[in-house]
Amino acid sequence: MIGIAVRRLGSALPIMLIVSLLTFGMIHLIPGDPAIAIAGLSATPEQIANIRHDLGLDQPILGQLWRWYANLAIGDLGRSLLLGQPVVQVMLQRLPVTLALSAYALMLTLLVGLVSGIAAALRQNTWVDQAAMVFAMLGISLPNFYLGLLMIILFAVDLRWLPTGGYIAFTTDPLGWLATSTMPAISQALLLAGLLARITRSTMLEVLRQDYIRTARAKGLPNRRVVLKHALANALIPITTVVGIIVSLLISGSVVTETLFSIPGVGQVLTQAVLNRDYPMVQGGLLITTALLVLVNILVDVCYALLDPRVRYDGA
Amino acid sequence: MSLLEVRNLTTAFQTGRGEITAVEDVSFDLNEGEILGIVGESGSGKSVTALTIMGLLPRPPARVATGSVHFAGENLTNLSDSRMQHIRGPGIAMVFQEPMTSLNPVFTIGDQIMETIAAHERLPQRALFARAVEMLEKVGIASAATRMADYPHQLSGGQRQRVMLAIALVCRPKLLIADEPTTALDVTIQAQILDLLLDLRDEFGMAIMLITHNMGVIAETADRVIVMYAGRIVEEAPVATLFDSPRHPYTRGLLECVPSLITERDRLIAIPGTLPEPIRRPPGCRFAPRCRFAQPDCAAGIPPLLRLAPGHTAACIHIPEQ
Ligand SMILES: Nc1ncnc2c1ncn2[C@@H]1O[C@H](COP(=O)(O)OP(=O)(O)O)[C@@H](O)[C@H]1O
Ligand SMILES: [Mg+2]
Repeated sequence: MIGIAVRRLGSALPIMLIVSLLTFGMIHLIPGDPAIAIAGLSATPEQIANIRHDLGLDQPILGQLWRWYANLAIGDLGRSLLLGQPVVQVMLQRLPVTLALSAYALMLTLLVGLVSGIAAALRQNTWVDQAAMVFAMLGISLPNFYLGLLMIILFAVDLRWLPTGGYIAFTTDPLGWLATSTMPAISQALLLAGLLARITRSTMLEVLRQDYIRTARAKGLPNRRVVLKHALANALIPITTVVGIIVSLLISGSVVTETLFSIPGVGQVLTQAVLNRDYPMVQGGLLITTALLVLVNILVDVCYALLDPRVRYDGA
Repeated sequence: MSLLEVRNLTTAFQTGRGEITAVEDVSFDLNEGEILGIVGESGSGKSVTALTIMGLLPRPPARVATGSVHFAGENLTNLSDSRMQHIRGPGIAMVFQEPMTSLNPVFTIGDQIMETIAAHERLPQRALFARAVEMLEKVGIASAATRMADYPHQLSGGQRQRVMLAIALVCRPKLLIADEPTTALDVTIQAQILDLLLDLRDEFGMAIMLITHNMGVIAETADRVIVMYAGRIVEEAPVATLFDSPRHPYTRGLLECVPSLITERDRLIAIPGTLPEPIRRPPGCRFAPRCRFAQPDCAAGIPPLLRLAPGHTAACIHIPEQ
């Protein structure tokens, strides 16, 4: 188990190396002079020179690369041009917001997706199955910003049950957090819950056809145990892959949701950074977000090993 | 009263092309401690018969259209789920053809044996463990106590079938249904598993319903034999009678190509043609199109089982002429 985690962390290193190199190269991919692009057309030559100097663009490229990695090694990703704060500090402020929202949305996704998927599989071709699949179809086909807008109009504007947007930290006021996070979480979760419900249903149906399920019934186990122990333990293996993808989608999907609901998370700050050509912020933000997604994938692999002895023993 | 009494059992499946009967009007008895062999080509309805008795067919698409299955005096065809769960295990147990896929890959074999006991008896964990180890030893798994923690993928096919036998017998069933328990195994392992089965029968005294398409297996194990063709019983006899004086042309065909235990195990080649699919069954005797004794009147109606001697019946209207 630990061996697998360590080995996957090891194989994540080259990935992070490539990502960091690409992130470094990003600023040089801008056509023309990046300093001019950042400063804008109305900037004076002095301002441009300042920016060039601040970002180290006046140094030879290898020197810049060296500085990039030397700074990375001490956890320095530079300063946001827009906010004037160190990028790492901005990310440390914004990440908890995004992660809390993603965790909330993930909980909803798992709850709704797994329960309706399992129920549909156990009641195949009945009204339960059909209702669950219609719901899943709806979730999958409604764009989540559209759903978000509908919810804002209904619950915030018309009914005034919830605020239209904004954010209250969980540590400040848990109920306030719930009020500000529920609509964003639902708008993110619905599509993913639909996806998960469909995959759970088909995986469960596949597993329930297996010979070992028949064995479990032949032993005289009650149906509850056959489904919740023997079937689910096997179905969770492919479902874990999907949950890993769902977590990645939640984190990358925060860009749209946070903008729509004015939530000060990573998605929002990165959107602003891109629009304002805040290159250090974009670079640092992407690097940290990517590292997070790589970490999620490692976690998924560890879950695999936990769930599937065949993987565990291969890797032992 | 016999341990198992199957009467006029017909099992039907709802399919895209209408309802088919996989098992039709099947009746037989099985006494305590007896080994009943059921033979027939692949697709003749042997597994469906077994699964109907166990109540393991998904309904729908399966349905018991007519007949009854009495086990120890109780009719299994209209039993509640929870009552049936008590029968499976201590009453009737089953081992399947595919040892490679019949064990759950994500649980240890120890767990899979112990949960079987726990489903039927209230025992402390240590007693469960001891019973499981004892059973593993009985089915010939060496260093059983340490193998308890093994997962199925760490075992060979023969070992997995031994574990399946351990699971089946750990609650001391009165009847064991073994559905082609050796078909998927190497020939040398086949003989070992059959020997084991006979040893276990001697020790536990359960009745066995042994399903196979291999006449050689029948010759070595069964007391009595039922021959099935296209969903129906075509002949039934004590094993010696069946091998000495088979009466149905299908049985004769099967015997002409007895694959001994050590030879080819899949096709029964001596009979030309193939088993008709359920929707393409000919009228009258279903074997007639492949039968060298067939007469025009064979297509007139399904031949009834005729009693030829005590315990010997066959379903052929031209027996006297052969
Ligand atoms: N779930 C099912 N749906 C439809 N037909 C089935 C199903 N299971 C078995 N059958 C049919 O029932 C017949 C008997 O099958 P089976 O009992 O498995 O034969 P075997 O004697 O080889 O064990 C076959 O024609 C098969 O196609
Ligand atoms: Mg079969």
